[in-house]
Amino acid sequence: MSELAIEREIDRSKMQVSDEVAIEITNMNKWYGAFHVLRDINLTVQRGERIVIAGPSGSGKSTLIRCINALEEHQQGQIVVDGTVLSSDLKNIDKIRSEVGMVFQHFNLFPHLTILENCTLAPIWVRKIPRKEAEETAMHFLEKVKIPEQADKYPGQLSGGQQQRVAIARSLCMMPRIMLFDEPTSALDPEMIKEVLDTMIELAEEGMTMLCVTHEMGFARQVANRVIFMDQGQIVEQNEPEEFFNNPQSDRTKLFLSQILGH
Amino acid sequence: MSDLSFVRTEMLPEKEPPASTVGAIGWARENLFSGWFNSILTVVSLTVIYYVLSTLLTWAISPTWSATSLGECRDILAEVGREGHYAGACWGVIRDRWIQLLFGFYPSELYWRPILAFILLGVALAPVLFSDKVTPKLLWFSAVFPFLFPWLLWGGTIWAPLAVIAGFVIGWFVYKAVDASAGSLAGIIAAVVAAVVWWMFLSGYVVNGVPNPDDPNAVGGLNALLPIGIEAVESRNFGGFMLSITIGVVAIACSLPLGIVLALGRQSDLLIVKALCVGFIEFIRGVPLITLLFVASTLLNIFMPPGTNFDIILRVIIMATLFASAYMAEVIRGGLAALPKGQYEGADSLGLNYWQAQRLIIMPQALKISIPGIVSTFIGLFKDTTLVSIIGLLDPLGLSNSIRADAAWNGIVWEIYGFIALMFFVFCFAMSRYSMYLERKLHTGHR
Ligand SMILES: Nc1ncnc2c1ncn2[C@@H]1O[C@H](COP(=O)(O)OP(=O)(O)O)[C@@H](O)[C@H]1O
Ligand SMILES: [Mg+2]
Repeated sequence: MSELAIEREIDRSKMQVSDEVAIEITNMNKWYGAFHVLRDINLTVQRGERIVIAGPSGSGKSTLIRCINALEEHQQGQIVVDGTVLSSDLKNIDKIRSEVGMVFQHFNLFPHLTILENCTLAPIWVRKIPRKEAEETAMHFLEKVKIPEQADKYPGQLSGGQQQRVAIARSLCMMPRIMLFDEPTSALDPEMIKEVLDTMIELAEEGMTMLCVTHEMGFARQVANRVIFMDQGQIVEQNEPEEFFNNPQSDRTKLFLSQILGH
Repeated sequence: MSDLSFVRTEMLPEKEPPASTVGAIGWARENLFSGWFNSILTVVSLTVIYYVLSTLLTWAISPTWSATSLGECRDILAEVGREGHYAGACWGVIRDRWIQLLFGFYPSELYWRPILAFILLGVALAPVLFSDKVTPKLLWFSAVFPFLFPWLLWGGTIWAPLAVIAGFVIGWFVYKAVDASAGSLAGIIAAVVAAVVWWMFLSGYVVNGVPNPDDPNAVGGLNALLPIGIEAVESRNFGGFMLSITIGVVAIACSLPLGIVLALGRQSDLLIVKALCVGFIEFIRGVPLITLLFVASTLLNIFMPPGTNFDIILRVIIMATLFASAYMAEVIRGGLAALPKGQYEGADSLGLNYWQAQRLIIMPQALKISIPGIVSTFIGLFKDTTLVSIIGLLDPLGLSNSIRADAAWNGIVWEIYGFIALMFFVFCFAMSRYSMYLERKLHTGHR
């Protein structure tokens, strides 16, 4: 993957990490049938952290972040999100899901609803916000991702980059305290990657807690305050971006970096 | 050599395209005579079409509208010099019996009731079928109509439909009460039980009072207090297209929601629910409809407590509904399977619960994908209503037998069946066109 140059100045003043714990994962294990996909994961995320998760395909990155909002069930260990323990209790799961936004590789917009309806659906039905208010919020976030003029179109009429920005706006409309990104730019053409990354940078500048699975190493270098490297279901290494890229510790990390940075 | 130009300096004037590629001739050439094989096919088809149409039209265009018997028809045709078996159609039978083909033996002074019922049916369907053109306020009428419709057709006391509505209200309150304390599944089960108990056992006492063993005709309950009602018409007087449409419309309206529930149940994680749904679907699909109708007409009485009068048309409607809903469930399951997993994940990640996700995200898309299959099932169901003639109900086909047995019309075949076929075609074709309209309307430009 290319290292995309991010041209603009990034304002790191608000990107402050607080002591408050946003996500705490302890000794988490997960199996798909007999296949041990996540092994002994321990991870603490402070509020305001921007974490990039990297690793070869099939290493369990998606599975890990999908466990955080219970799209996947873990079998062992504990996950605490915003002080709520993830258990099989449906009330807890719905509560966590409504506070954790998620952006997918393939957008997963609802094709039968307009952009505006996509953005207001969950606030109206889950948060029980009046329609009018929900629409105002939605327009606010659509402006933020710079596509308010598309509000009445259907997802199928938008470009990939626009769809992904709608997906981000849709998550933001729920006022989440944590955002999860699963390869948000992998399905996009190069010229659209930038517009999505710009949106994500803006979010980071506002102090959002973010976990991003991505191969955009430029983004990792400039925005992340921690990079996590996963391989075969384990967290192999984690470090600040500078250290991570310039001074990788394990051989697997070195191999991965040499491949992805194209040396 | 030097003034030789390699670039053309003036253009040739534009010419008309040759006549053989445009216009009617061009079209015919391209579509009908593009090659010797296609030309032969065209000529053969045209000959066949000409032969069929000319025979059919000479038969159908026949001055027999006013005839009162088959013999009279033959006389009229002989007068204009047309002899033989297929000399001409005998349309007198349609003039004589069309009312019967529409209403069966419904009392003629009460025809206004089915007519009004079917007009109101159109009004009730309008906001459902054309939701973007008709005001949603009419949906209130659509909600009340299912109770009004049978009352208009069968008549009787006003308290009967109100008692049925009361059952729904009771179910609703039971659901609300149980849902708060024991969860939504328990709530639904309790609500269904409460409503069924009300309809089967309690409502009778409230409407008609406690039965008096000495005088079975005595009325009590609300009927005695406030005897409001219209003249009752018995089920055996129902017939003709009125009967077909009644069975068809009710079964269609009920089989869609039941099919959705079955399709969802089949995908459920709850083992018992899933097993029940799969068992039901496979059983119903494995049995011919006619068997179910025989069960409805004869066997069911054996299981009923003696003396209960379980209306035959209601029994047939229930069987037709169950039959169609099994097919419907499979059609909808196909639509559900066609949805990408990402749609479920998108809904889940926003915190929508199971029912919200189904109602707002999954079903609208799955149903849209399944429209052709759903409408095929509807059309099949509507045509299958003709099977009720076998268990003695007088639908158009059942009536045609009695008309043909009439001495005046003995020997008539094509005219009646042609008329019935045409009527069915009109309804089925309308449904098919509506489904195409709906598909176009719901198309929002998928990837
Ligand atoms: N639903 C599933 N059932 C079985 N195996 C799965 C499933 N989803 C993912 N896997 C397997 O788990 C491993 C990790 O998958 P994933 O988390 O998607 O990897 P990544 O996102 O890092 O590429 C892969 O080997 C994949 O084949
Ligand atoms: Mg992945």
